[in-house]
Amino acid sequence: MTAILSLRNVSKSFGGLTAVKDVSFDLEEGTITGLIGPNGAGKTTVFNLITGNQRPDRGEILFDGKVITRLPTHRIVRLGIARTFQTIRLFQNLPVLENVLAGCHGWMRAGAAAAMLRTPPMKREEHEAVARAAAELEFVGLRSRADLTAGSLSHGSQRLLEIARALATGPRLLILDEPAGGMNEGETESLIGIIRNIRERGITVLLIEHDMSLVMKACETIIVLENGEKIAEGNPDSVREDPRVIEAYLGTEDD
Amino acid sequence: MPLRMITYSAATFLLTVLPPFLNAYWVDVLNNVGIYALLGLSLNIIVGHAGLFNLGHAAFFAVGAYTAAILNTSFGIPMLWLLPVSGITAAIFAVVIMRPVIHLRGDYLCIVTIGLGEIVRIALVNDILGITGGANGIFGIARPVLFGHTIRTPLSFYYLIWAFVLLTAFLFHRLENSRFGRALNYLREDETAAEGSGIDTGAYKLAAFGIGAFWAGMAGDIYAAKMTIIAPESFSFWESVLLFTLIILGGAGSIPGVILGAFLIAGLPEVFREFARARMLIFGAAMVAMMIFRPGGILPAQSRTYKLSDADGYRSGSPPPAAGGNEREGT
Repeated sequence: MTAILSLRNVSKSFGGLTAVKDVSFDLEEGTITGLIGPNGAGKTTVFNLITGNQRPDRGEILFDGKVITRLPTHRIVRLGIARTFQTIRLFQNLPVLENVLAGCHGWMRAGAAAAMLRTPPMKREEHEAVARAAAELEFVGLRSRADLTAGSLSHGSQRLLEIARALATGPRLLILDEPAGGMNEGETESLIGIIRNIRERGITVLLIEHDMSLVMKACETIIVLENGEKIAEGNPDSVREDPRVIEAYLGTEDD
Repeated sequence: MPLRMITYSAATFLLTVLPPFLNAYWVDVLNNVGIYALLGLSLNIIVGHAGLFNLGHAAFFAVGAYTAAILNTSFGIPMLWLLPVSGITAAIFAVVIMRPVIHLRGDYLCIVTIGLGEIVRIALVNDILGITGGANGIFGIARPVLFGHTIRTPLSFYYLIWAFVLLTAFLFHRLENSRFGRALNYLREDETAAEGSGIDTGAYKLAAFGIGAFWAGMAGDIYAAKMTIIAPESFSFWESVLLFTLIILGGAGSIPGVILGAFLIAGLPEVFREFARARMLIFGAAMVAMMIFRPGGILPAQSRTYKLSDADGYRSGSPPPAAGGNEREGT
């Protein structure tokens, strides 16, 4: 089994608060993994550490066997890790298509001079990028909204647009932070289909989600965090039965 | 939008054929408008597109003007040859100075640029390195020569300046509609999301300053050639404020807006000379009104458009060097 992402004893604290404590796990290539835990368990911090938005105090993060712990975010994205955000971060005033084109930036090459001279490679590349962005919009079902501004989309569509933008970077690992947040049941159902299709494309998926039905349906592996520590890891059934997980979610009797 | 195109064509036509019928004074006013338009377009890359508040743009203008003036008066290098030299010097200056502070956000960066503008002006007054001529400045700058023809009259300068404005508008329009231009807009809209989409935001901020300063430096060369004498007072904080104002007034990120802004800021005060004392009052009131009723400026930036239908016929292999198997692309 090849691990595409490995966290090795990663810790992070903010002042006196330890957000992530000695967490280690491996993600197997081509799987869908869920990261769950109560509020404040450190899930989003783990994501921020992986994508370089924050630096771990201790520990190492390896992507495809390469240490990425100290790399800036845009380099990590170009290596093949893309993410979405818990609070939607779109370019609200720009057209939907341009939001996805942002994801294409990393694999495009044309600079300012090429843009002013409209060189043939630049024009070809623009064409490819628009085609790629359109294909990703098609993939999440937003193709018909390409010309609208991102801010005018519904909440659920904005979440899908973030996924399309992340996919346009050409990732090998996609990290979704509460992708179903604010979605209704129907939207969540189609999101599960999209997540499965992403995996079909050979992209590994790691997601944080509070909607347990989504996690149980979509994920093959589940990692449970509590107070910054990993307390369980395994397939949905074993995690559901795990007494420590039940305790973390429901509290102990004497609470 | 055809109405816009007709208006722009008519404006270009009028600007081309009308000046020979104007007296030298009004041609000179239009020349000043042209210089402001050049500076405005260059600042627009930084302020309008990248969303970086720069209230020290006059510093880059000054570096370009002084570079050209010093090299011309000391070594007799023709002014038009110095155009790229002025640009490159100003760009290097901008990138070196801004590099350590580029991570500052919004207001903080703005304060640094104000300081930069003042430092440059005071350094020029103090005759730094003994080459800037102190408060008197530099005089005896040669007239530019183009194809053996010396550019001397306001009218010949008019065509030189406005040809350059036209070329700048053309090139910057292309720049806006490219990967580079979009990247600047992404970082203006949301820096974290831009970085998370694979954009090196730090490098693009510096590049915005580099290109803006490059053009401001070239505008400085043309200004020095037109005036034949330059002094620190031409590069005051007030100039930076005017440039910033004309962008907000005309339309941040909009090329026609910025050119219109240059007419309003540099041209209107000449038209209404009698009200000179009330000028600032009117500016102030206009700015307040703009912020309330038309925050995007008089001619706001328009969304770029893309031909999605082209994408349908798209069949060639997988576009990006995307890792992993992305079978769906190209569908």
